[in-house]
Amino acid sequence: MPDTIFALSSAAGRAGLAVIRISGPGAGAALERLTGAVLPDPRHAARAVLRNPESDETLDDGIVLWFPAPYSYTGEDVAELHIHGGVAVVAAVLDSLAAQPGLRLAEPGEFTRRAFLAGKIDLTAAEGLIDLIDAETAAQRRQALRQADGELGRLYDGWRTRLLALLAHFEAAIDFVDEPIPDSLEREVRRGILSVEDELTQHLDDNRRGERLREGVYIAILGAPNVGKSSLLNLLSRRDAAIVSSTAGTTRDVVEVRLDLQGYPVTLADTAGLRDGGDAIEAEGVRRARDRAAQADLKLVLFDLTASPDAASRALIDSDTIVLFNKSDLNDGDMPATGGGAARYAVSVKTGAGIDPFLSALTEAVRERMGPSDTPAITRTRHRSALRDCRDALARAASASQSELAAEDLRLAVRALGRITGAVDVEDLLDVIFRDFCIGK
Amino acid sequence: MKRWDVIVVGGGHAGCEAAAAAARLGARTLLVTHKLSTIGEMSCNPAIGGLGKGHLVREIDALDGVMARVADRAGIQFRVLNRSKGPAVRGPRAQADRSLYREAMQTALAAQENLEIRAASVEDIELDDAGRAAGVVTGDGAVLSAAAVVLTTGTFLGGMIHIGEEKVPAGRIGDAASYGLSRTLGQFGFPLGRLKTGTPPRLDGRTIDWSGLEIQPGDDEPAPFSYMTERITTPQIACHLTHTSAAGHDLIRANLHRAPIYTGQIGSTGPRYCPSIEDKIVRFADKSSHQIYLEPEGLDDDTVYPNGISTSLPRDVQQALLGTIPGLENARMVRPGYAIEYDYVDPRALDHSLRTRMIPGLYFAGQINGTTGYEEAAAQGLMAGLNAGLTVAGRAPLILDRADAYIGVLIDDLVTKGVSEPYRMFTSRAEYRLRLRADNADQRLGPIGARIGCLSRERLEAWREKETALRAARDLARSLRASPTALNREGFRIKQDGVVRDAIDLLAFPGVDIAGLARIWPALADLRHEIAEQLAIDGLYQGYMARQDADIEAYRRDDQLILPDDLDYGAVGSLSTEIRQKLQDARPRTIGAAARISGVTPAATVALLRYVRRGMPDARV
Repeated sequence: MPDTIFALSSAAGRAGLAVIRISGPGAGAALERLTGAVLPDPRHAARAVLRNPESDETLDDGIVLWFPAPYSYTGEDVAELHIHGGVAVVAAVLDSLAAQPGLRLAEPGEFTRRAFLAGKIDLTAAEGLIDLIDAETAAQRRQALRQADGELGRLYDGWRTRLLALLAHFEAAIDFVDEPIPDSLEREVRRGILSVEDELTQHLDDNRRGERLREGVYIAILGAPNVGKSSLLNLLSRRDAAIVSSTAGTTRDVVEVRLDLQGYPVTLADTAGLRDGGDAIEAEGVRRARDRAAQADLKLVLFDLTASPDAASRALIDSDTIVLFNKSDLNDGDMPATGGGAARYAVSVKTGAGIDPFLSALTEAVRERMGPSDTPAITRTRHRSALRDCRDALARAASASQSELAAEDLRLAVRALGRITGAVDVEDLLDVIFRDFCIGK
Repeated sequence: MKRWDVIVVGGGHAGCEAAAAAARLGARTLLVTHKLSTIGEMSCNPAIGGLGKGHLVREIDALDGVMARVADRAGIQFRVLNRSKGPAVRGPRAQADRSLYREAMQTALAAQENLEIRAASVEDIELDDAGRAAGVVTGDGAVLSAAAVVLTTGTFLGGMIHIGEEKVPAGRIGDAASYGLSRTLGQFGFPLGRLKTGTPPRLDGRTIDWSGLEIQPGDDEPAPFSYMTERITTPQIACHLTHTSAAGHDLIRANLHRAPIYTGQIGSTGPRYCPSIEDKIVRFADKSSHQIYLEPEGLDDDTVYPNGISTSLPRDVQQALLGTIPGLENARMVRPGYAIEYDYVDPRALDHSLRTRMIPGLYFAGQINGTTGYEEAAAQGLMAGLNAGLTVAGRAPLILDRADAYIGVLIDDLVTKGVSEPYRMFTSRAEYRLRLRADNADQRLGPIGARIGCLSRERLEAWREKETALRAARDLARSLRASPTALNREGFRIKQDGVVRDAIDLLAFPGVDIAGLARIWPALADLRHEIAEQLAIDGLYQGYMARQDADIEAYRRDDQLILPDDLDYGAVGSLSTEIRQKLQDARPRTIGAAARISGVTPAATVALLRYVRRGMPDARV
């Protein structure tokens, strides 16, 4: 029997309405739990209050629809929730679905794939699917890069490495029975499992950490020292987030501000001014700025209209860039050539001149990137459900009566983490076994 | 001119199994090998089975292969490994008498109907006008014709033996290597690579001082490999254990400049799980001692195989090393250890039936595909032989998947991932390890064997009888139900949660066994041991099996979606260059296999689906 999947089916970002779709044999039960009522008539819209089945907290007031198999998009039982489009509402509903047993977040393209397999859609529809999934994976790749570089990536990779080492103990003891692998390791291994499980539980309980996963479109502000990058950040965030001073090279590290841009979550990163020389700390700042440029979904490259464009900043311009010429209040001349084919705007961060056309262009660029692809809410939910699977498997592993059963659950735990950080091949495991244990008689 | 259905080249473990399998299906089969006397030779250690490997032997047996029955005749020490662990990871293993093994194998093949055996060297493969395998050419220029050819040439292709600075072209010590075939395969365009494996010196047991050595006995009641063997009748012996010492380690360190694996004389990759003693000492420098199992090669044979000191150091260093090992101080070296390098064919050149993608009718099995081990070879031989036989008869090939059998895991790994070192089976390679057990190989594969018709009448009857008994026992156990309160009255310590449980549910509780339950349900006492054992395993694993079953279903769904053999990945849109290259190399048979290749994204999988659907309107997608 196939499992039951769910996902946000409408476009992301703040909108009047969001549609969440649930497909599979558990769809009906999930809908009943969420509404606390019996299923509505098939294919008839029904108004319902959605509640978190565990906490009984009200999530939203919306419309639900019930499409029993085979008369549905995927050919399976399908439930649709039409709810208010706020990011928080959508995230809360997705979270409470993820917490229901037997339900999991759909993989990219999975609904359409099921529909395709059930013969529900034709080739033309499938054509569109590819573009959509490709866009999703491109966005995910950028995001993975960002996370792999960050605190979360290190955290998950750390857990994965530890779990692999623990699993290697079990597997080595199972597959290389004649090898002298000390029995005393058993207790140590169980302690190791419990400590990862503990850390996972804390991590899942800590909402603050979750913010990093919900940061949305990542925008890096880049440019030479003293072109007004920090002032632009302040203007956009309307608060003093970055230290602004007129001494070149003040923003030595990267300052990130998360803000709501016309309903879209974005993270703005103010970076150190790009220039050669300076002290070691500043050089590190420049290196980080370049890192951010490479990872950003969108780049704002700033130039000073009163000076000639510097080569280091020009080199960063590409199709994901908006070019800004600041200080139009001091020089109303033409913008010099910069190449790279990016949209260009002359502005004055100080007086606000030219900011409005730039802002609508920026919003449009963000909207395009949020597009029909992966939303931050889904990303967060996907991670959360993988982490929850991992924790549950670890809890079972720690209390398993037989080492092959503990190994079975550890494998599932590692696989769950692998859904976030990248799949684990059996070769990875064998590498650890042969590195850590002297095996082979 | 005589014409056969299937010709098998090679008389090793893969060749024997392939020839017997094709013949069992009724194919007129010819086995061609260099020497009749070395048919069934154990070239390396005198043992069969172990973890993963013992599982393979049981699976071979379930399809009526010969290895298990032969090992039961030749086994002189049986042990079930991992007895303290659960049933899924217990592996039957036996020390075998090398000459008994050869004899039993030769007897089994001689008794096989439809099978003819000839001594000849095979130098070339004969193709027909359509480019299909049509037979083989022997050393004297004769052409032997057949509709299918199974090549099982082991380490004989371009074999080169290293003992210290000495280099000797050979397929096995004392046997010539085969170069003509290696050239032929290169000319056909098969991607060849080179691998290495090694073996320890052989000792004269009469010169070993056994007195101070630890004894390792076999199991009191030897458990046979074959479901058809009732009892082991061959006399049983014990093995002994010794270990290397600090003096030996110093000696090896002082002679590393003469070790071919460190001087660059050997460039190919050896197995990580079977390192030479010099390798162990370099890589695990902090260990002052390594275990050595002294395995007798036979009841009437004084040769001893010191398992654990495989080496290609020069003869004088090997002899000096023995002098530092307790019990071996005065041991006479009958034959030095050596490393052997040999050619293998990248197994990604094969499809899941072990047929080469390039030449219809040509099959490869065993070490030629980059594996190591008798059991891995035999498993491939079995499948290549069955598939050659099926194809010649115009029937669909038999493909076991990763949820059917270790054999399926083995072949799927080989043909989709290729190898980077000699491939050996481990239980950790099997995703569905709890299901793929040595104890249920007959139930897993019996129906398949019955369907394709490779089982003898006795085997078929035995399997049916057990199947019926098992079904009745499971129905019985599910019908016996009791509440925690009732069970508590009977002295069982069960959670007082009000849940009524059946006998199998109860067997999941620690401390509950069939004998205990038989006190309240006497019908359970009548179950014979092997049936009662299956119920206990059902109980132990039931929660886990449900999870695995869901996984298996998803896996099989994707594996139903067949990709055509001649799929042009260049013409599939939306694939990155990297993914395209990976798919091109692996040529996955199904969408599922494609998705298992590391780096292949969900988007790429859907792109493949779409492409295949368009190209083949009738394909099952």
